[in-house]
Amino acid sequence: MNSDRRLIRKDSLEKLFKALKQNNKTIIGPALQNGKISYKISNNYSEITSDYIQTTQSSKEIAFPRTEKILAYSKNAEGMSVKGIDIKDIPEIVLWGVRPCDAIGIGELSAIFNWDYKDEIFNNRLSKVTVLGFSCSKADEYCFCTSVGGNPGNTEGSDILFTQLGENGDYLAEILTEKGSLIVSMAEALFERAGKVEKEKFLVDVPVRFNHEDVRNKLTTFFESGEWVQQSLKCLGCGACAYVCPTCACFDIQDEAHGKSGSRVRCWDSCGFSLFTLHTSGHNPREVQSQRWRQRIMHKFSYMPDRLSVFGCTGCGRCSRACPADMNILEHLISIQEATV
Amino acid sequence: MTDNIYMPYLMKVERITWEAPGVKTFMLRFLNEEDQDKFNFKAGQFGEYSVYGVGESTFCIASSPTRKGYIECTFRQTGKVTNALAGCEEGSVLGFRGPYGNIFPIDEWKGKNLLFIAGGIALPPMRCVIWNALDLRENFKDITIIYGARSTKDLVYKHELKDWELRKDVKLITTVDPGGESPDWKGEIGFVPTIVEKIAPSSVNTIAIVCGPPVMIKYTFPVLAKLGFSDGNIFTTLENRMKCGFGKCGRCNVGKVYVCKDGPVFTLKQLKELPDEY
Repeated sequence: MNSDRRLIRKDSLEKLFKALKQNNKTIIGPALQNGKISYKISNNYSEITSDYIQTTQSSKEIAFPRTEKILAYSKNAEGMSVKGIDIKDIPEIVLWGVRPCDAIGIGELSAIFNWDYKDEIFNNRLSKVTVLGFSCSKADEYCFCTSVGGNPGNTEGSDILFTQLGENGDYLAEILTEKGSLIVSMAEALFERAGKVEKEKFLVDVPVRFNHEDVRNKLTTFFESGEWVQQSLKCLGCGACAYVCPTCACFDIQDEAHGKSGSRVRCWDSCGFSLFTLHTSGHNPREVQSQRWRQRIMHKFSYMPDRLSVFGCTGCGRCSRACPADMNILEHLISIQEATV
Repeated sequence: MTDNIYMPYLMKVERITWEAPGVKTFMLRFLNEEDQDKFNFKAGQFGEYSVYGVGESTFCIASSPTRKGYIECTFRQTGKVTNALAGCEEGSVLGFRGPYGNIFPIDEWKGKNLLFIAGGIALPPMRCVIWNALDLRENFKDITIIYGARSTKDLVYKHELKDWELRKDVKLITTVDPGGESPDWKGEIGFVPTIVEKIAPSSVNTIAIVCGPPVMIKYTFPVLAKLGFSDGNIFTTLENRMKCGFGKCGRCNVGKVYVCKDGPVFTLKQLKELPDEY
C-alpha cells in the first residue's frame, strides 16, 4: 500500500497514546530508567521520552525475547505430556518510538527466522506487534545507517513513521501498512491532512562512511586476511555486541527442570563466545577470538546477503557504544573496505 | 503442534543395545502412530534427541530408511545429554526432532561399487547408508566395508559386523590400532589409512564413503587420491555443533555453508571449496 501522509499535532501524541490504551493495546516505549533509555511497558504518556538518540537495547526482544519458553513438559503417572507455547498468551503490542535502524532490523531478523523452516513462535509474536517508528533528528558518531542502505527517515519496517517537523514542531505521520491504518482508525480525528512537506530537511545528516556492497565484495577474498587478528586483539569475547544488536539472532536451546516438570527455553547466544562452536570432543572450529570476530563480520556482511538477500547490520552503532574494549565496528568496516588484499 | 518447529516427537525407548564401553544404541518408536505414519527420512539425515529436563543432542539416524516403524541412534556417553541418555531404560520416553539435513545420494550410486571406510564411533552415520544399500543390494555392484577402532572392545555393532562378515555379497575388513588387538583377534592390525592402502580397493566405477575422526579422514583422503578416486566420488560427513538443526541458531556454518542445511553429507570436492573452519 502507498503511504498515506498525515499531520499530527505535537500535543496530539498524548491523545493518540490514550486512544491506544482505550483500545487495550499494550504500549512499549522508550523510557529513562537507571540512566539508560530502555523499552518499557508504558502506562502513562509521561513515562515515554523523546529525548534519545538510541535505546540501549534494540527492540528485537519484542519478537525474539532474551529467554523464551519454547515448550513445557511434565512427567506424570500416565507418561509424558509436552505442550508448545500458546499464541493467545501473547498480548497485542504497540511499539512506540522505534528508530528506523531498529525497524529495518525486524525484517533482517525475520529473514533468518523464515528462510526454509518458518519459525512460527517468532512470527506469532511479530504478528501482534505494531511498529510506530520515529525518524531521527539527532545522531552521534557511532551512527552509520546511511552506509548500510538505511537513512534517518527510512520507512522500512515501520507501520507508521512519525517525523517531527523541526524542534518542538508537529509530526508528519506516514501510514505505511494495514496495521498502521488500524492505529489511525482508533484516533482518526488526530490525523489531519498533511500539506506538502519535505521531511528530508528535518532529518539529521548521517554521512556515508563506507559502501556496504564494496565491503561485501572485499570479503569474498578476505577470509585469510591478517586483518582479523589485528581488529580483534582488543576483543574480550563478552558478547555484548550481539546482545544489543537488532539483527543478531544466534541462540542456544536449554532445558530448565523443576522436579517432574520443566521447560525448554531458547536464549540469546553469541558467536563471540568461545563455547559457541565447541565440540564435545574438545575440537573447536573457531578456536581463537579472531576467528569468532571474522564470523561476526562475515555473517552480517557476506553470508546473510548471499544466503538471505539482506545485510545483517542496520548501522545503529549499538555494538560500538556497548563494547567495553571500545572496538568500533565502523572503523573496522572502513579498514576492510580500504585494505589492499 | 506442527507449527512449533521446536516441538519434538515423543519416542519410547524400545530396546537398548550395549555396543562398546560408553556406547549404546537405542531403538526408538513413535508414541503416536500418526507421527510414525507420516515420518520419512533418507540415509545421511540427523535429528535432535532430547531427555526432557536435560536438553537436546545432535546425532545421525543410524538405522536404514528401508526399516520402517522405528529409528535407531547410537551415541557415546560424553556430555550432559548423552550421560542422561545413557541413564535411560527401556520404556523411557525421549524427544526427537528431525529429520534434518541433506542425504547420501544413493539413487545416483546405482550400478556402482561402494567402498565404506569408517573409524570408531563414526560407523553409526554410515550404518544407515550401509543397510540402505544392503537392503537394495541388487542396485549396486561390489560392496566393501573397511572399519577400524582403537581396540577390539571399541568396535561398535559387533553382531552386525559378524553378519556382514558371513555375507557373500559384502567384503568386510576390520582393523584395530596396533596394541588394540585381543589374543583371538583375526582381523587386521593397523590404522585405517594404512589398511586402505594395503587393501587397495579399485577406484573404477566406485564411490568411497568415509566417516571417522578428523585425523583418520585427513590421512585417508590422500590414500584414496593415490588409488585414483576423484574428489567428487568421495563422500564424508561434517559434525559441527548444532542447536536448532535448521539453519537459525547460527553455530554450524563453515563459511556460508550450513552443515545442518547444506550438509551433513559433503563430497571431498565440496569440502575443498570451504574455508578451513571445521
